[in-house]
Amino acid sequence: MLRNVLKHLLSMNRRSAWLAFVVLAIVLLILPFFTDELFGRGWVRIINFTLLYIMLALGLNIVVGYAGLLDLGYIAFFAVGAYCYALLSSPQLGLHLPFWIVLPLGALLACVFGLLLGAPTLRLRGDYLAIVTLGFGEIIRIFLNNLNTPINITNGPQGISMIDPIRFGEFSLGNTHELFGLTFPSVHLHYYLFLFFTLLVIFISLRLEDSRIGRAWMAIREDEVAAKAMGINTRNIKLLAFAMGATFGGLAGGLFAGFQGFVSPESFGLTESITVLCMVVLGGMGNISGVLLGSMLLVVLPEALRHGSGPAQQLLFGKTLIDPESLRMLLFGLALITVMLWRPAGLWPSNQRRRELVAENDAAQR
Amino acid sequence: METPLKFDINLLELSGVAKRFGGLSVLSDISLHIRRGEIYGLIGPNGAGKTTLFNILTGLYQADNGRFTFNNTEYSGRCKPHVLAQAGIARTFQNIRLFANMTALENVMVGRHLRTSSGIWGALTRNAKARVEEYEIVQHAHTLLNYVGIDRPHQTLAKNLSYGEQRRLEIARALATDPQLLALDEPAAGMNATETENLKELLLSIRTRGITVLLIEHDVKFILGLCDRVAVLDYGKKIAEGVPEQIRCDPAVITAYLGTEPIIPTQAGIQS
Repeated sequence: MLRNVLKHLLSMNRRSAWLAFVVLAIVLLILPFFTDELFGRGWVRIINFTLLYIMLALGLNIVVGYAGLLDLGYIAFFAVGAYCYALLSSPQLGLHLPFWIVLPLGALLACVFGLLLGAPTLRLRGDYLAIVTLGFGEIIRIFLNNLNTPINITNGPQGISMIDPIRFGEFSLGNTHELFGLTFPSVHLHYYLFLFFTLLVIFISLRLEDSRIGRAWMAIREDEVAAKAMGINTRNIKLLAFAMGATFGGLAGGLFAGFQGFVSPESFGLTESITVLCMVVLGGMGNISGVLLGSMLLVVLPEALRHGSGPAQQLLFGKTLIDPESLRMLLFGLALITVMLWRPAGLWPSNQRRRELVAENDAAQR
Repeated sequence: METPLKFDINLLELSGVAKRFGGLSVLSDISLHIRRGEIYGLIGPNGAGKTTLFNILTGLYQADNGRFTFNNTEYSGRCKPHVLAQAGIARTFQNIRLFANMTALENVMVGRHLRTSSGIWGALTRNAKARVEEYEIVQHAHTLLNYVGIDRPHQTLAKNLSYGEQRRLEIARALATDPQLLALDEPAAGMNATETENLKELLLSIRTRGITVLLIEHDVKFILGLCDRVAVLDYGKKIAEGVPEQIRCDPAVITAYLGTEPIIPTQAGIQS
């Protein structure tokens, strides 16, 4: 049954593909207004965070999913991007550089940090690499936490506030604007900006996946010794994976700082790294659609449980037995365990399945 | 009959190569040369150091002493595997090391990596150069898969191929790097008689393409029937080298494989 549906979808002609594309574009364009109307503004904010997490997860997917390098300190690059924006565009150091300088600079700086982390860990694999990257993530966070003495750079645990909003010339995303007869609140404007960057990151991931570089990454993931013997310069290719992943992280970090207006070391702990890793693993390592699905679920599910578990208890038992706030993480953990037991390769595993279908068709034609 | 090839130019020369792991001397004073266009066999009992020598030739290990010259360029000292692959040495592995979760086609496409050049920019923009290159990689990979005789759809995952096909896929992947020397580590291991016969034909055909073949094998009959010249290793030393007929009669080789005739102490009482 499912197989037939998949086959049908694969054989969709060009016109219906275009139709699906147009429908998707319209849905994405009206999504913030629709959500605002139906669920309230808080949910538009949640969607924005989903987009940030998608960027992060796709960046980590390059390192973990494609190149097979287990990175447990990935959130450090997010922190580098966010703090780069925060320091160069806030009253903290008295600098107010424009967004279009600070954001690429943050991504570039994260890229450099990616290389710095990558270079000493080239010989490590698996568990050992995970431990070193974990340490790296913590080092960055602890630095940010303690760089308030002797000279106050990061303002320590208090974090940096009053960060300039993202601004294109006079057009600030921090304010509500009237455009084409519609009212665009600040969250909606950020949504469109984040959507643009998310689509860019998806595009880059898709292109890289199906390229000479992408194949080299996967070869290293599958068997590093064989990849070396086939003439792949594993050092450079692994560094490239670290750098690309970190760049996406830095980009998301900059956008996060501009959107939030406030950053503190608390946002960049180990739990965040693990959350992003969960998105990649739960969705399906190495598969872009899977990672998208994983990110969406892992942002939306805890929020839905927060809002939904109270009323659900009322409905079932007539009163609230367990505080929704404490219940949601329990249910969330259960959901994770269930998914991993039920689908160990992730909800939407990489295109192996699709390939098998294609192979069957090939065989049928013979 | 294939035309006899010129065997007069040395493609690979080793002199005095030694390797020890801690206190254990695995290879000592190995000197040999492989001529362009020949099929050269390397045999020896288990633990003789054949695979270690292979790993030195392909850069996975570094030799402690000795000179290693390939195609008139010296590669002694520290040399990375990808540099040697670039120079034209390709290998297969004793225990198959394919990229298991990639398709057969992709495995061979990875082999083209070092003969192609498009990077991040080419991948992102898919400019004319990158598209032409990608097309050529795919065509080349299909050709090689057909050449080694994989008739299954080329989109089959490598791990789903049969054992013999996996062995041949490894050869196709190595051939994709345009090697001058193809080094095969026990290619016939675990194959039945028919598969071995097909492999033999494949290797002879590869040789007619101008590729020199270096073989490690346990199957002495297979190697003596195929190779132009053979070297025998035992306990890390080369004990014999020559054409198969010589090797077959070499007393040192017979001793290494079969042991010496035991000296049975005679007892006078029984003898009488």
